Amino acid sequence: MSFSTLQQQAQLEWQEFERPEQLRILIGSATCGRAAGSLEVMQAFAAELDRRKLTAATGIYEVGCLGMCYAEVLVEIRSLDGRRVLYQGVEPKHVPALVETHLLGGEPYLPLALAVMTAETGSELPAFNELPIIHPQVRIVLRNCGIIDPTRINHYLARGGYSGMAKALTLTPEQVIDEIKTSGLRGRGGAGFPTGVKWGFARNSVSDQKYVICNADEGDPGAFMDRSVLEGDPHAVLEGLLIAGFAIGASIGYVYCRAEYPLAIERLQGAIAQMHAHGFLGDNILGSGFGFAIKIKKGAGAFVCGEETSLMQSIEGKRGMPRSRPPFPAVSGLFGKPTNINNVETLAAVSAIMEKGAAWYAGYGTEKSRGTKTFALAGKITRTGLIEVPMGISLRTIIEDIGGGVLGGKPFKAVQTGGPSGGCIPAQFIDLPVDYERLAEVGSIMGSGGMIVIDEESCMVDMARYFLTFTENESCGKCVPCRMGTQHLLRILTDITEGRGTLEQLEIMRKIGDTMKSMSLCGLGQTAANPVLTTLKYYEDEYRAHIVDHKCPAGACRALIRFDINANKCTGCQACVRACPVEAISGVKKKPQRIDQDRCIRCGSCRQVCKFSAVQVS
Amino acid sequence: MIQMPVQNKNNLEHILAEYGRERDNLIPLLQEVQEHLQYLSPEAIRLVADHLDLSENDVYGVATFYTQFRFIPPGLHHVRVCQGTACHVRGSDMILDAISRTTGIEPGETSEDGKFSLERVACFGSCALAPVVVLDDKVYGRMTAAKTKKIIEDKK
Repeated sequence: MSFSTLQQQAQLEWQEFERPEQLRILIGSATCGRAAGSLEVMQAFAAELDRRKLTAATGIYEVGCLGMCYAEVLVEIRSLDGRRVLYQGVEPKHVPALVETHLLGGEPYLPLALAVMTAETGSELPAFNELPIIHPQVRIVLRNCGIIDPTRINHYLARGGYSGMAKALTLTPEQVIDEIKTSGLRGRGGAGFPTGVKWGFARNSVSDQKYVICNADEGDPGAFMDRSVLEGDPHAVLEGLLIAGFAIGASIGYVYCRAEYPLAIERLQGAIAQMHAHGFLGDNILGSGFGFAIKIKKGAGAFVCGEETSLMQSIEGKRGMPRSRPPFPAVSGLFGKPTNINNVETLAAVSAIMEKGAAWYAGYGTEKSRGTKTFALAGKITRTGLIEVPMGISLRTIIEDIGGGVLGGKPFKAVQTGGPSGGCIPAQFIDLPVDYERLAEVGSIMGSGGMIVIDEESCMVDMARYFLTFTENESCGKCVPCRMGTQHLLRILTDITEGRGTLEQLEIMRKIGDTMKSMSLCGLGQTAANPVLTTLKYYEDEYRAHIVDHKCPAGACRALIRFDINANKCTGCQACVRACPVEAISGVKKKPQRIDQDRCIRCGSCRQVCKFSAVQVS
Repeated sequence: MIQMPVQNKNNLEHILAEYGRERDNLIPLLQEVQEHLQYLSPEAIRLVADHLDLSENDVYGVATFYTQFRFIPPGLHHVRVCQGTACHVRGSDMILDAISRTTGIEPGETSEDGKFSLERVACFGSCALAPVVVLDDKVYGRMTAAKTKKIIEDKK
């Protein structure tokens, strides 16, 4: 079947799905949605529709992530009059009212209504595209997430999918590489190397066999961009992988995906089967003479396997340890053959660039950082979510406009970018434009896109200790600077957070950090000291408070704090007594309570439950 | 006594037969064996090594490198606590402590009665629900030490 026939078929299926006079229920069911209970909500809808004999007339669809994680479970309802409303925080108990009021009655169910999906005049609800979390975004990588049913290739095709592949197959590989070079796309895994240049290296290597690999080993704690794309729009990534394979001359592609992402793996397997059925994999794809196969490899839980030479060792069935370069993977990679590795987000951008053109993509972003970047916005922020913004947008727009500011209106202290390889950017840089160069200037990195907002209750020494606990554990141990460096940094940071630190140790940490940066074998070790170096740079006074005054100004380091109940504020409601996991709080009802300091484990449970701010930290 | 999964060589041979003898099958093979047995027993390691013509030493070397692989059977209820950044800033340390206190085990251990096992996980990627606990594959979001203690005690 020709590509245009396939597109026409896809259009028919999509138009049927989008037809206004249809009852439709779309439920956001990526991992976040499922964790929030989307499957239970879906069962409740099925039962309610069954009770009202509406099952046959109503389509229920699982869609991917719209990125508004804070509002899960998200449900879009389309009634017969064409009204489409997005609802937030849906629970099974809301289902009968939603069906009664909107699906049948055609009126929005206002208690949960978040936005109207189609432009409506005179609506009391805001339009989806005008929501503060959505408006500043430019969704290219996330173009289909939450919009299409990710298990249907025809939905992807109908929205322009695979036309980038079809176009690429009519060009020469060199023309495809030039197009990617012109777009200015840089590797979204964190390092930011120009993608087209990287492809050129692998193209120029002569070999009987070459490989392309999609790095879906998203190991940064606090990052879930790649997972959302794989779950919400797997074809966008696979199309990009195929285009990369064509460009460098590889006939086999691998997707190396974390085993912790079972839904992503399921979606990838389904998508690969559909590609086969459509003739987008196998020999002679669309009559071009180009043949391609895709295999999935499940990671087994090793952060260092995000590093490309480690990842290839892991695919080969070995311990995932990096090796020194040169030779670079473009010359000698997987099984000793020329190999090109790109991250999930890079490949999802590739398919969009080949569809819409390099000039279109390069129209977004800054001079050296073109296009868009996805971020996983989390931590102490009002609207947690997955967002995609043009490069060069300010941190302030991201945190205040999109994220709705710090949780509970508390003062903003810092934002951590780049995960364990990145750094903490303090509040004074809130107007910083976000691109590769600006983030590096302040000592952090773009990284893969984790963005954790920190308020004054988080201790910066503890944050550094947290990241070093992670990297010390994940260091593969092959090279000395990383293996010993992470151990020493962690030991010193633990000393400081437990009140045993000395001022000399600050200088020692700086020296160790510099050594690790210049001497480590791979990216893990070269960047592992960043969380320490940036917090030392901007928050040395916090380190000194721990060392000199034996105090944790943020009230987070448990060895240095105590909890007390302010007798003037305590009403004796005993909520804290019930919350205390070690029975350290006692007193007479309706009289001020007391904390037994010998029993107290400083978990803060009492402080969390107290409605009268009577529990104080000192 | 911990209920040991039945060690049936034929069961594993059924899995082994699906895989070729090339080394790049090692990790997928270990993953499938662990899915079947819930952990990697010394016997299983030996069979995998024989199948791929590797030394047991080599197989242990690879298996111990990756955090996914377990060498003791998990408990009846497997508790996983997310240690991601978002969970950390929202207090996952306290959650882990609460579970250790309630079950008497540390991460990586299985309780003596075989009821509970505890595992730290780098990140589930459900950061919006931080802090997150996964008990027998059910995700519990926005946890506190007190709520965690309750869900564990309900399984006792």
